[in-house]
Amino acid sequence: MNLQILVSVILITCGLFFMFSGSIGLLRLPDFFSRTHAASNIDMLGVIFTMSGLIVYEGFTLTSLKLLLIFLFIVLANPIGSHALGKSAFESGVYPMLRSKKKSSNEGDE
Amino acid sequence: MTMEHFFIGAAVFLLLVVIMSSILIYRGPSVYDRMVGINAVATKTIVLICFIGYIYGRMDMFVDITLAYAILGFFGSIVTAKYLVVNKTGRKE
Repeated sequence: MNLQILVSVILITCGLFFMFSGSIGLLRLPDFFSRTHAASNIDMLGVIFTMSGLIVYEGFTLTSLKLLLIFLFIVLANPIGSHALGKSAFESGVYPMLRSKKKSSNEGDE
Repeated sequence: MTMEHFFIGAAVFLLLVVIMSSILIYRGPSVYDRMVGINAVATKTIVLICFIGYIYGRMDMFVDITLAYAILGFFGSIVTAKYLVVNKTGRKE
């Protein structure tokens, strides 16, 4: 029982740390596609850790099964939504920033 | 006993992360940056509702709300991404 709570606390703390770093990346990165990368990947990792911690804390019940279903649905749905959003942005004319040095010197001039 | 306090602290921290991530919705240069911010906030809100369910002690009710919210957010994101193709306007803004 004690080991279960310990593992759950460690997993939830790891997930919260990954969500925090993903949010920092969402604010700091310069481009649309790199922001998509931060939002999709790092949030995905945070959701994986946090949901695993909640499932470990719950044990073998019906609520745990529903949490597992939510986890599988997020794992399926979040990359699909992010990919659709990136494809829609690329089709409407947002291109990836290729030369970062020139852009950063331009930003330094401003 | 102590686990409830841990869930309250985790929920407050996650709320701060949601506020920090919703700055992007406010200051995003194009529409797509705002959509990325809305996706991130929706993903974090799912975990936040799970924490709130453990704080109230009625997880069997809140897990259904979480499932409905996940499905609703996913379909909203897909439909918005499908009908948001604008010709060459998100480039220079």
